[in-house]
Amino acid sequence: MLTHRIIPCLDVRDGRVVKGVRFSGLRDAGDPAERAAAYEAQGADELVMLDVSATPEGRATAVVTVQKIRAVLGIPLTVGGGVRRAENAGALLEAGADKVSVNTAAVENPALISEIAERFGRQCAVLALDAARVPGAPDDAPRWEVVTQSGKHRTGLDAIAWAREAQARGAGEILLTSWDKDGTRSGYDTALLAAVSAAVHVPVIASGGAATAEHLALALQAGADAVLAASIFHDGDFTVAQVKAALVALGFEGRIRL
Amino acid sequence: MTLPVHVVRTGTANQASVLAGLTRAGGRPVLTDSPEDVRRADRVMLPGVGAFGAAAAELAAKGLIDALRERATAGRPTMGICLGMQLFAEHSEESPGVPGLGVFPGAILRFRDESVRIPQLGWNHIEPEPGCRLLRAGHVYFANSYRLARAPEGWHVARSTHGEPFVAALERGPVLVCQFHPELSGAFGRELLSRWLDAGARPC
Repeated sequence: MLTHRIIPCLDVRDGRVVKGVRFSGLRDAGDPAERAAAYEAQGADELVMLDVSATPEGRATAVVTVQKIRAVLGIPLTVGGGVRRAENAGALLEAGADKVSVNTAAVENPALISEIAERFGRQCAVLALDAARVPGAPDDAPRWEVVTQSGKHRTGLDAIAWAREAQARGAGEILLTSWDKDGTRSGYDTALLAAVSAAVHVPVIASGGAATAEHLALALQAGADAVLAASIFHDGDFTVAQVKAALVALGFEGRIRL
Repeated sequence: MTLPVHVVRTGTANQASVLAGLTRAGGRPVLTDSPEDVRRADRVMLPGVGAFGAAAAELAAKGLIDALRERATAGRPTMGICLGMQLFAEHSEESPGVPGLGVFPGAILRFRDESVRIPQLGWNHIEPEPGCRLLRAGHVYFANSYRLARAPEGWHVARSTHGEPFVAALERGPVLVCQFHPELSGAFGRELLSRWLDAGARPC
């Protein structure tokens, strides 16, 4: 039986880990390879690195950062941010990523998912799906639309339908971020997680809103296969080991002996 | 002292992780696609992710099928990871009509249980049967939709369960094939790679 994965996320800009990407000014949070090794030692099951560089020069350093992380990291690494073409994915995989996530570019060109899945295998092709609630009457069933360009653009595309389409096109995993919850530290959007998990057969990673081990537990109960968190680990609120111990105490399957 | 290991250049995606993993385990990996290297090398690793048919065609085009089969059958230190394990079987449901290396009998089939997530992506527990010398019990990282369902005769097996039981790894002397990724399985995987590298340094 698979364990539930705990996945710290490194937002990387110009070769440095940064915090407060979406909600406040950027703050330096260290060297990516050092952070990666520390999280593996704490028991992280996998890492996600999102390149949030704003310039082509910054983007070019992402490949070097991946190489440096790979040299020290013995667990899976997913890399996303700025993947526009299959060649970008190939360069990141060659540098040492195990999976590549696509977001805005896949919404604009869904064939990108199939191309990456066919060339590199579907287990390499991760759809990063950013979803926001569609405002409606309180009694309406909740609906979510896909947002792109780091939340700046609301597409009107139904998030559940897009998850299904991405799976059909070859996505092997969905990294699902609630744009309403991200950065709020008020817990994941469990209704969104339940809806997407029920709609697809590929694994779903919960993202956006985590502040406590209880938040992670609620996401797993809602159907997520893995939980991603950034600030609770970067800020030192908890170590990965502490979060895992809390989840195992609640009855979840976890990898404790490394 | 580092131990030389030739890694078959498959052109597939997990090559960098395999090279880094072998280095951390005390190996000195060298990429090759030469049948002569594969025949002569002290140790050979066949990594691989992606589709069975494309990978088998690539091995055939480079003349590596016989070289790999000969050394594995002769019990010389050889390892396969993920698709690299599946290629040692006779064939795969993923690519009907394409022969594998046939080092062990049997076919690779897609997971049948629809109550679990496919692909299997994540950490699962493996349980080696008595007689395994390289494989130990513990959590390892899998990324697969296809698997060997039944263990062939003459091999020591480690099993796992993803909705249904499946073969997580097989070993026979210094020949080791793993459906999981030791190079991504943390300290547990690094130690397994070290034991395999060492197994080639002494008679088995």
